Amino acid sequence: MSVVSAIRPSPRAPARRLGVADLAALALLLALAVWLGPPLVRWALLDATWFGESRAACRAGGACWAILTSRWNQIVAGFYPADHLWRVAVAALCLLAGVAPAFRPRGLAILPLAAPLGVIAACAVMGGAGLLPRAPTDYWGGFFLNLLIGLGASIFALPLGILLALGRLSRLPAVKGLSLALIEVVRGAPLIVLLFAASVVAPLFAPGGLTPDKLMRTLVVITFFEAAYMAEAVRGGLMAVPRGQGEAARALGLGIVRAFVLVELPQALRIAMPALMNSFIGLFKDTTLIYVIGLLDVTGVLRNAVTDFAWQGLETEAYIFVALLFWSLCFGLSRWSARLERRLSTDREG
Amino acid sequence: MWRTFRSRVMQPGVLAQAAGMGCVAALLLWAAHTVTANLQARGMASGFDFLGRPAGFDIAFSLIPYGPTDTHARVFAVGALNTLAVAAAGVVLATILGVLAGVARRSQTVVVRALAAAYVEAARNTPLPIQLLVVYALVTAAPPPRAALALGGLGFVSNRGLYLPAPVWAWPAPVVAALCLACVLVTAWAVRRGARRGAGGRPLRLVAAGALAVLLVLAAAFEGVSLPRPQGFGFEGGLEVGPPLLALLAALSLYTGAYIAEVVRGGLAAVGRGQAEAAQALGLTPLQALTLVVFPQALRVMVPPLVSQYLNLLKNSSLAVVVGYPDLVATFGGTTLNQTGQAIETLGLVLVFYVTVSLALSAAVNAWAARQNRWARP
Repeated sequence: MSVVSAIRPSPRAPARRLGVADLAALALLLALAVWLGPPLVRWALLDATWFGESRAACRAGGACWAILTSRWNQIVAGFYPADHLWRVAVAALCLLAGVAPAFRPRGLAILPLAAPLGVIAACAVMGGAGLLPRAPTDYWGGFFLNLLIGLGASIFALPLGILLALGRLSRLPAVKGLSLALIEVVRGAPLIVLLFAASVVAPLFAPGGLTPDKLMRTLVVITFFEAAYMAEAVRGGLMAVPRGQGEAARALGLGIVRAFVLVELPQALRIAMPALMNSFIGLFKDTTLIYVIGLLDVTGVLRNAVTDFAWQGLETEAYIFVALLFWSLCFGLSRWSARLERRLSTDREG
Repeated sequence: MWRTFRSRVMQPGVLAQAAGMGCVAALLLWAAHTVTANLQARGMASGFDFLGRPAGFDIAFSLIPYGPTDTHARVFAVGALNTLAVAAAGVVLATILGVLAGVARRSQTVVVRALAAAYVEAARNTPLPIQLLVVYALVTAAPPPRAALALGGLGFVSNRGLYLPAPVWAWPAPVVAALCLACVLVTAWAVRRGARRGAGGRPLRLVAAGALAVLLVLAAAFEGVSLPRPQGFGFEGGLEVGPPLLALLAALSLYTGAYIAEVVRGGLAAVGRGQAEAAQALGLTPLQALTLVVFPQALRVMVPPLVSQYLNLLKNSSLAVVVGYPDLVATFGGTTLNQTGQAIETLGLVLVFYVTVSLALSAAVNAWAARQNRWARP
């Protein structure tokens, strides 16, 4: 390597210099900002109407954010009874606690054990069993539903994905074949087709006229969908862990299972972390699709709102809100994941 | 012998395997039994007889002749072709967009880099269904045909969609396409044959000859250009891209383009910077260094993730349901399902279509990667 390239901070970073092209582009950007900025600010903030009961209450020429404020409860939790919203908050906290270990480099190992928290969350929202009044899943909705499906499916999909990855790496033809078939079929199919299947085909497989709840069917299908993608990420991680790690753990006297769970798996998950995170971000964005089969997530609630006569024609405001909501979360997650990746890679070198 | 979890637990005897398979088989049998019982209880039909029956509904957009009296099997063909068409067009547009944005992300100009980064981060971190709904709302908010935006006298944008000039062929379009494809295939065969003979051959000359043949075919078949012109409440002539197709195509290209930009950026980063520097030291311009030296090397790293993005685009094209473009899922997996009620059969066939295309493309790219690796090692 030459001296010149050796003293550059990183071989990837292009040299930073402000040339004529830069100044021209900057001038163009400035002109654009001056041209578009003020009308945009006026529309979105100064001339906007924040509260009101219908579109008629909104000033012309400004954004009508009243569509969001007047339906805020629906946007947050769908048609969940207003005086029981604390249960939704409890469930959301449980779900977040379930995935919290992922936010610590050393917490990855206990991540697959978070499934019980998902169950507690489900019980808190569902109620029943004489303790809390039952709230049928028809009432669940809004952004809570996106959170529930995104986090809930991930919590259950990780253990399942690990099993599938092990199955795919197995030397047993039967186990390997079954895992491979499941992974490839699920990964080859569009989520929307699987959602249709959950909504129309799944009831046919239920014995004795029993029909499992639509939300539960969706959750199960999305869990399998996510598990197939996670399995591929975990498989990559498992294959990257040197064999010596497992052998050394065995030589130190650990049992087979303990050597795998305590030594091999954590390292594999650590390597697979960026891929797992990408797949989670993808899944979280995909949760906006469930409105297609009639579940009222935040997209569904807002689409209902804009087709309501009182709020007709406010697509811009509604979609800007959903886009910004998901953008801020997904962008934050991907930034954080990139930081974690850098930290983990320096850990490994050190 | 490494006696770890994977080797020990994962390798019990044949007996255990057989028992496991037996359990799976029993489960499947039980499921089949439940389904038949349920279908009988609801008085629902099963089997694939419905494929031969007339569909009885119209499809707004079709590449092959189709009418309501055609069969459900024909609906499947129309839907599959529509899916493949939008996916193919989307792949081309997304690749152009992605390569431009990916190269721009490595530009020396800070502002260009920032703009490309802004595009990639905005498109990657918002849900595709929302992007689709936004683009669709934008298209339908365009002025009506009478006040359509004219694109330099060649095309129009209105809330009825996009109207572009279209070539008029003297022969049927499938014939033209088949002839062009034949020229390409013969050229590819000749190039490969030359390469296998070891002499190296003159691939550039062969490719030039192939391109000339394609041009000749097109020139022979070319009859003129049909320009769209306002007529009544719409337009006449030219190529019509309706709002659903336009919105789907635009959203798919924007979304996948951002992912492709990341693939391109990674591929370019994988090529040592010395390559570009050496090329420029030899007197190539930066653009020549990029297109002749860096890009061909980056391509080897880029192709597998690129194909996986193409497959994602194909799968995402099923979001056509959201804007009402009649793709396979919307027609066969939607209307046919609703009319016949045979959910297992229709969704099963749709699933088979997607999985077949996915597996075929992944197999092709795996074979390609294996060959590349073989050649990479001298």
